[in-house]
Amino acid sequence: MAVTAETAKTVNKLAEQKYKYGFVTDIEADTAPKGLSEDIVRFISNKKEEPEWLLDWRLEAYRHWLTMAEPKWAKVRFPEIDYDDAYYYSAPKAADGPKSLDEVDPELLRTYQKLGIPLLEQERLAGVAVDAVFDSVSVATTFKKKLEEVGVIFCPISEAVREHPELVRKYMGSVVPYSDNKHATLNSAVFTDGSFVYIPPGVRCPMELSTYFRINAENTGQFERTLIIADEGAYVSYLEGCTAPMRDENQLHAAVVELVALDGAEIKYSTVQNWYPGDAEGRGGIYNFVTKRGLCRGRDSKISWTQVETGSAITWKYPSCILEGDGSVGEFYSIAITNNRQQADTGTKMIHIGKNTRSRIISKGISAGRAEQTYRGLVKVLPTAKGARNHTQCDSLLIGDECGAHTVPYIENKNMHSVVEHEATTSKISEDQLFYCRQRGIPAEDAVALVVNGFCREVLQQLPMEFAVEAQKLVGISLEGSVG
Amino acid sequence: MAGNSIAVRPFVEQFAALKAGLPGTGVPWLGDLREAAIERFGDLGVPTPRLEAWKYTRLRPLEKTAYRAVGEADAAADAGRLPSVLGAAAGHRLVFVNGRLRPDLSTPGALPDGARIESLRDALASDPGALEAQLGRIGVLDGQPMLALNTAMMDDGYVLRVGPGVALPAPVEIVFLGGTADEPVACHTRNLILLDEGSRATVVEHHLGAGKGAYFANGATEISVAGAAHLTHHKVQAEGSGALHLATVHAEVGADATYEGFCFATGARLSRYEVGVRLVGSGANCSLTGAYMMRGDQHCDNTTVVEHTVPDTSCREVFKGVLDGKARGVFQGRIVVREDAQRTDGNQTCKTLLLSDRAEIDAKPELEIYADDVKCSHGATVGAIDEDALFYLRSRGIPEAAARGLLVRSFLAETLHDVKPEPLAEALEEMIAAWLSQAANGEQHE
Repeated sequence: MAVTAETAKTVNKLAEQKYKYGFVTDIEADTAPKGLSEDIVRFISNKKEEPEWLLDWRLEAYRHWLTMAEPKWAKVRFPEIDYDDAYYYSAPKAADGPKSLDEVDPELLRTYQKLGIPLLEQERLAGVAVDAVFDSVSVATTFKKKLEEVGVIFCPISEAVREHPELVRKYMGSVVPYSDNKHATLNSAVFTDGSFVYIPPGVRCPMELSTYFRINAENTGQFERTLIIADEGAYVSYLEGCTAPMRDENQLHAAVVELVALDGAEIKYSTVQNWYPGDAEGRGGIYNFVTKRGLCRGRDSKISWTQVETGSAITWKYPSCILEGDGSVGEFYSIAITNNRQQADTGTKMIHIGKNTRSRIISKGISAGRAEQTYRGLVKVLPTAKGARNHTQCDSLLIGDECGAHTVPYIENKNMHSVVEHEATTSKISEDQLFYCRQRGIPAEDAVALVVNGFCREVLQQLPMEFAVEAQKLVGISLEGSVG
Repeated sequence: MAGNSIAVRPFVEQFAALKAGLPGTGVPWLGDLREAAIERFGDLGVPTPRLEAWKYTRLRPLEKTAYRAVGEADAAADAGRLPSVLGAAAGHRLVFVNGRLRPDLSTPGALPDGARIESLRDALASDPGALEAQLGRIGVLDGQPMLALNTAMMDDGYVLRVGPGVALPAPVEIVFLGGTADEPVACHTRNLILLDEGSRATVVEHHLGAGKGAYFANGATEISVAGAAHLTHHKVQAEGSGALHLATVHAEVGADATYEGFCFATGARLSRYEVGVRLVGSGANCSLTGAYMMRGDQHCDNTTVVEHTVPDTSCREVFKGVLDGKARGVFQGRIVVREDAQRTDGNQTCKTLLLSDRAEIDAKPELEIYADDVKCSHGATVGAIDEDALFYLRSRGIPEAAARGLLVRSFLAETLHDVKPEPLAEALEEMIAAWLSQAANGEQHE
């Protein structure tokens, strides 16, 4: 992808600029009392008018959560989280839920406009259906009709619980069980909303599905739960992007995403994450503890994760693929950029179970300022995965001498008829490349943006058009003040 | 504590019972060192897979088997005819049986002026003060329970000191023979290699074991390579099939100095070669090479940490493993580049050949980098013998077993071609050939 003059300019000008999306919208929130208890879990379930089985599931998760220890193996440092000092439910006030945009709180719409979210019909990015999530409740869904025509279900998960309980009950927790890890278990107990997608057999989803997440009310953790099922031979491309307003207190974000691909199905999941990263001194910022996992259940199915991670004070995220079906394919393309005091420990897991399963990992990490970044990935080949293949490439780029970039790949291979290859490099921006650019009259900071965009090229190419532009801008914005 | 505190107890009790008889009793600093170490061992516990550094290796034998400490009688055991990996090329030879020096079997020869080799017991008896500043200086105990146990219980070992500018003309061969006792014994050998400015030495350690019985060799080596010095440190590990072999090596490498570590392993039921190298002077250089061939239910762990602390240092690591049967290989390699270590050049490769459906490799090559002007890379591959290459050889009339052997040897060749002296390289070739012929005959370790 070519680097636009705009990207270069952005890098140049943003050195002094504050977080672009930092503002708080003043909307009355319907908030549960602070803290976490069985009562809160019941409160949430009751608010959502959920069936008994789901409440039981939540309670089971909550009780299990109490027994679990915080995962400590990641290379991130932060003070102990006080789970009783946060709100677990906050919904914009709208008694029955809006049916059209006219019913949406105008304050909310203005917020989206500031963010440039393509919510309105006349949006320039035509063909994108948006299930916008403001804090925890979905407030508007567009293009629903068109999707209904081909039988695609795309709705908030709470609606899916009501309308399609058989699907939700069958698949929820089948990829990420409620006992998976402390953060996922917390999500299972208190998740408030998220998206549900079901693509029927043989259907190619006619548009890219997109959800924008935002965290809004002070001190509200956000617990999204997304479930995407691609039935036999189906295809869907799902986009997720997020921005968050500026605030000082750390916020917990513990989302769970589950993907299920049946025979011959393909799911492409793209994320641009730019939650508030905290200020230059590391105050505030989002804790982004996400469990994302895809199950390639059917033969020849495929799941592809693409992520551009530029935000959050702390990122703890390992989008994974369980390659169960014979011939299934898992992919992970990642750009992670950390600046100032940001910390990111991110990577993927590829679990090869089926025969002739293939996986590909390309990770590009850029660390600047005083940030710490770690790629942590697992490639596991079980004895059943005859003919499995993996190729992993992890490259890290360091900008400045106070940051850290670490690579921790785990390779566990129990099958001789498999090939696993891992390569990693760490380097700084090549002086030769910078010199070459400068010699041609390109200013130093523009040259850096150019080189970084080139470094990320393989991953940027994987993003859908709608995201590629934003992602490229973000690369520049995220590195503000790191050069010169 | 993530360690196992129950398995600690027998060793702590042994220490209490034996400490009065350990070498260097009455030397106050040594007593303090031992006491602090056993306390640390008690705090850390015997490592379990819950510790990240021991994720893939569980010291089951320590949970199941009661090892007693070695005594006089064990050290006096009949050693039989001992093989040598150097033959006539060995200028100086020390033989340790069950962890203690056997002067009757050793031929230390005459070292050049300024160089000295002796056993730890002798060194502590003659001039303990000379070791005070060295023992436990490089091998720090943080997160090192087995080194802590070694420090508390150290019984014997070799001490090699080479003065400024002195070059040893001939390699030193150290033979460690274990497994001759009737019951499971534990020996904690502690070695010290101190190379002064501009000196050179080659040390070849040969660990071998008699019989199939269980024994526990918990060795530790501290190495200091001062400015512009050069140490070549080879190790051949061919312990008995019941052995638990743990070797902790800590080396500190000064400006423009070189440490070359090499380990070839085919023995032991469970082995772990853990090397930590700190490059503390500009221009310091380190190369770590490993080759291992395992079968049956052998478990072989190679764990390395190379720490670059100053500018302009380099390291190169190549580890290659061949796994057959139900053998399990582990490689954990970490390259750490500290804030000041600009212009570090680090490279690490780990390749594994799986010969059986039941073999397993767990690899974790890590880069931990805090400086920006660096060039670091690592690569890891796992695979089986290339069927096309095999077909090529067979189509030229080479029988399958021979063709497989050829491919295994060529796979390992990269790790061996720098091995000197020549007789050692030849001895290794023979060991590889013997291992392969066993494979061809379908023999399996028990």
